Amino acid sequence: MKDDTVITRRRALLTGLSSVAGLALTGCSGELPPTYGNLLRMGDVLTYKAHRLLLPGMSMAREYSHADISSSPAIGTTDPGDPNRSIFDAERGPIYDRLRHGGFADWRLTIEGSVARPRAFSLADLKQLPSRTQITRHSCEEGWSAIAEWTGVPLRLVLEATGILPSARFVQFYTYDAFADGIDMLDALHPQTILAYGMNGRDLPVPHGAPVRVRVEKQMGYKSMKFLRRIVVTDRFDDLGDRGLLQSGWSWYAGI
Amino acid sequence: MSEKPGTGDDGHTAWVRITHWVIALSFVTLAFTGFAILRTHPRLYWGEVGNDLTPALLELPISRNLQHGGWVDARPFFEDADGPISAERTYAILNHNSWGRSLHFLAGWVLVATGVVYLLSGIVSGHIRRHLAPRSGELTPRLLWQDLGRHLRRQIRSPTGGPQYGLLQKCAYLGVVIVGLPLMVLTGLAMSPAVTAAYPVLSDLFGGFQSARTIHFFLFAALVLFLVGHVLMVVLSGFGRQIRAMTIGE
Repeated sequence: MKDDTVITRRRALLTGLSSVAGLALTGCSGELPPTYGNLLRMGDVLTYKAHRLLLPGMSMAREYSHADISSSPAIGTTDPGDPNRSIFDAERGPIYDRLRHGGFADWRLTIEGSVARPRAFSLADLKQLPSRTQITRHSCEEGWSAIAEWTGVPLRLVLEATGILPSARFVQFYTYDAFADGIDMLDALHPQTILAYGMNGRDLPVPHGAPVRVRVEKQMGYKSMKFLRRIVVTDRFDDLGDRGLLQSGWSWYAGI
Repeated sequence: MSEKPGTGDDGHTAWVRITHWVIALSFVTLAFTGFAILRTHPRLYWGEVGNDLTPALLELPISRNLQHGGWVDARPFFEDADGPISAERTYAILNHNSWGRSLHFLAGWVLVATGVVYLLSGIVSGHIRRHLAPRSGELTPRLLWQDLGRHLRRQIRSPTGGPQYGLLQKCAYLGVVIVGLPLMVLTGLAMSPAVTAAYPVLSDLFGGFQSARTIHFFLFAALVLFLVGHVLMVVLSGFGRQIRAMTIGE
């Protein structure tokens, strides 16, 4: 009798372990970022799973006072419309340049994918929705940090306005520069995840992502994508090809 | 395996030998990748905030990224011209953080998992109390001074092949095991945006994100110094015997 129990338990344990290992190896569940059989990506997935299992999902990143606002470097893409900058997209760059010179009046943010009512928001549309202002720390993977005040509309409100479907699992951000990236639903619906159009009391400056960037406060700075163009809600993980982080060797989850 | 007479308590136990090498490997990986990460931004600060536009506590001449010229379009955020500014970086920096960070955190997982096994086994088996903690009355300035003197005169005890350590040796090992490595993990977690959102006390404990990073660096420097001293003592006291004792347990 006792032996049976032990064997059953051991079997259960082994089955559990091998399914976890299988997931880590293939990462083809659609619910997790793929690992491509790469040991580093398996470590990233382990960190992601551990955070989602162990940390309270809706805890808030620290918010600071106005006096704490610091100088902020602008790095990476600082003007998607300038062909002389290192990161320039030949197709979208000129469009961005045109929109910028029109004061972003013709800029639209489309929300599509797993939503009941796909639609395009103008800057004025976004500003009509309830706003949130937060003074938070931007922590760059390089090692530096900066504190700024961000004003924008919670992504949750925008997603709800388009009738997000229950099957939705990820939110992908497409931009006017060479990058695209995504976050999971937990971060997407977090109260501090906002589509920011204001920085330190003024319109968001171009080097910091004008007209709208996302703020993902519980991950490193690179997840707060600048120069938003299109948001796609998906049911499964999308590595976004060579525009995404994974294929260039970066961890998709950066909450560390 | 040991044919020595006695209690059977003379050699390093198997779990000590295994965890020793797993932790050694993860530590070397963490130190190497940590240095690669630091080279991306070789400036240290105190508090929550620090970047190329704010003053540094310490600048380390370990990469070309330290020559932070090439900042253009500096503009104040507010009316106050001396207040915080925005500026754009124009030059491409050295950055190996893609694999560097992922490997750092992977090795961190290995260190934490093995470290927990080591500490629990060490407490339950009495290894930490019997072998690492100085005996009562042993931790006096006079005895510490004597042991230091013996080390400086190169009067090095021949190895016992087990955990029968000298006084300075105990202090060094205990310091690494219950202070150094745990603080390394905690200061590391204090830099995590997700972990500190859940447990802000971690950030407060070390005085902020950048303070935690600075402490993390100095602990790294101290642990690397320990590693150098440790390897030096292994070599001076009998390399082959020590390595056999910590691997096959002879």
